[in-house]
Order: sequence, then structure tokens, then C-alpha cells
Amino acid sequence: MSPMILGWSITAAQVLLAFAMAFAALRFIRGPRAQDRIIGLDTFYVNAMLMLLTLGIRSGTTLYFEAALIIGLLGFVGTVALAKFLMRGEVIE
Amino acid sequence: MTALKRVLPYPLLFLALLAMWLLLMQSLSPGQILLGTIVAFGGCWLMVALDPPPTGLRRPVAAMRLAGRVFVDVFRSNVAVGSIILGSDERRTHAGFMSLRLDLTNRYGLAILAIVMTCTPGTQWVHYDPASRVLMLHVLDLVDEKQWARIIKQRYESLLMEIFE
Amino acid sequence: MSEAPDLPLWAALLVSFFIVVGALVTLIGSIGLWRLPDFYARLHAPSLGATLGTGSILIGSMICFSVLQSRPLVHEVLIALFVTITTPVTLMLLARASVYRDRIEGNPGPPEQDPEPTEL
Repeated sequence: MSPMILGWSITAAQVLLAFAMAFAALRFIRGPRAQDRIIGLDTFYVNAMLMLLTLGIRSGTTLYFEAALIIGLLGFVGTVALAKFLMRGEVIE
Repeated sequence: MTALKRVLPYPLLFLALLAMWLLLMQSLSPGQILLGTIVAFGGCWLMVALDPPPTGLRRPVAAMRLAGRVFVDVFRSNVAVGSIILGSDERRTHAGFMSLRLDLTNRYGLAILAIVMTCTPGTQWVHYDPASRVLMLHVLDLVDEKQWARIIKQRYESLLMEIFE
Repeated sequence: MSEAPDLPLWAALLVSFFIVVGALVTLIGSIGLWRLPDFYARLHAPSLGATLGTGSILIGSMICFSVLQSRPLVHEVLIALFVTITTPVTLMLLARASVYRDRIEGNPGPPEQDPEPTEL
């Protein structure tokens, strides 16, 4: 009984997160300006991280946790570099 | 006290780094505690080399109260912003910039205020000018500037000033 | 449905509740990213997913693994800490970069001068 409840709700959460990723990707594709695209990319990263966490709950292993942590940190570094680029036109001063 | 300060200049940072290491390793074995202690010592001495301006958590009770308020406000503003997003078109047109003069000058206090305001959806820290002490922020539901100013000054700033000044 | 860990019923219900609520909040934030009219309004949308969405899913994950391995597993706190500290930094940097660019290009979005401070 309970694996079924959990399985269905994880599937529901994954579908919702997939839609969330689709909206973020749409914003990334449509723009219209560079900063809109970057914020879309950043949201995409966070949503992907949450998707990995739900995968981890389904499989019952904590391996996915490390991947999620790395995605979260890489997303942060990438977005900061891009924002810096918007501000100055170069990343390393 | 001074001897302890010389060996362990940042005791809170030391504990935080050690806790982070043990959480990442997911174990409490003596070996991991030893490794974590080494890493935390290294981190503390790196901080000594960076030499940040001194701070002190003088009022842990006030800090806890602030954390509680932020926790409640994150819930409330999530609901508010969610209803704006899903609501009618007209509700999405009230966004705007506003400015606010802050009495808080402590750098750590300002950093925490910035994180709190950006973390609660609906208010976005944009720019702070330390010379005139004016903060510019963007608010999603800008109907009454005075009300937002009151929320920020009374709910957060007064507590932060109590903690840091 | 495909395999999922075998938890006691109460834990399964709790975990289900938290992850579905978290995913829903994240979806609303991303819809906001799509629906809100201009860049500065869109800045408010991702923090929905980064605060309540992430927090809720992480609480679900914490309950799930703590029950599965029958000891408290709280390393998800690390992700929550990182996300709550890093998301504001990126959003602030983006806001400043965007104000700077809009002012240089003379776009109508941000005001030319900072607005007058609101006094109480």
C-alpha cells in the first residue's frame, strides 16, 4: 500500500517539476533580454536539483544527494559569472 | 580566554565547518572527526589570513526571534506571491521600485537583511548606497510604500540593530 | 507504479505531502517566471522555488531517509543552507546588473535616479 502511495506522489511531483523546468526553459529560449535568459537558466538549475532529489527518494539511495549538491553549487557559480559578465562585459577583472 | 583565542580564533566557524564535514561524510567515526577537525582548523586559519572585521553574536535570543520571524514571513510571502502569479492580469501590474533610509550600518547586519529580503518572495534588494544610507528595493505588490517601509524597519531592522549594535 | 521505498504508512503520507507541495510551489514560481510582465517582476518568481519549494522537498527527503535507515539523516540541511544563501546573491547580482544596463541604454524599466526615500 505505502510504496504505491509514495510511488504515485513521487511521479506527480516529478511531472510538476518537469512542467516547472519547461516554463524555465521557455523563459530561457524567449528572453527577450540576456538577464531574462540568465534568470531562466538559474531557475532551471534549481528545478533540476529538486528533480534529482525526488529521484533519490524513489531509489532510496543517498547517492543522488551529492549530485544535487554539486548541481546547486555549479548553478550558483555559473549564474554569478554570467551576472558579472552582464555588469562589466568580462568575467575576470 | 586569550590562550583559547590564539589557538582557535573563530570557535563558531570551527564548529560550523566540523558539522558540515560530518554531515557531508554522514558518519561520526573517530577518523572522520579527526579529519573534520583538521579541515575546520585550516578554514579558521584561512579566515585569520582574510582578517574580516570583527563581529559578535551578542544576542542569541534576538537572533532566534529573527529566524522565527523570517520563517513565518517566508510562508506568508510565498502564499502572497503565488496568488499574485496565479491571479488576474491587473494584480501583476503593481510592481515598482521604492527607496528606504536605513539606520542599520553594520556590514553583517546589512548582509543578513539583504538575504532575508531577497529570500522572502515579493521584496528584492537592488542597491544600497552606504554614503547616504539609502536602500533601493523592488517590490512586487507596491500599493502602499509606507506599509512596506514599516514592515522592513519594524520587523527586521530593529531586531538586527539589537543583534549587531 | 514503479518501485518506491517501503515506508510505514504515516511516513509515506508525510513524505508524499511534502514533496508534492514542494513541487507545486516550485511550479507556481516557474509559471510566474513565464507570466510576470517584466524582468524586475520576474526576479521575485524563482525565490518561491528556492525557499518553500526546496525546503519542503528536502523535509520530505529527510523524513524518508531517516525512516529508511532508522537514524536521523539531516545532510539535506546542507543543500537548504547553500540554496538559501546562494539564491539571494545571484538574484541581487542580476538585479544590479540589469539596473546598470537599463540605465546605460536608457530603457524605461528602472528610474533614472533612485526614488525619494520613503519616510515613516
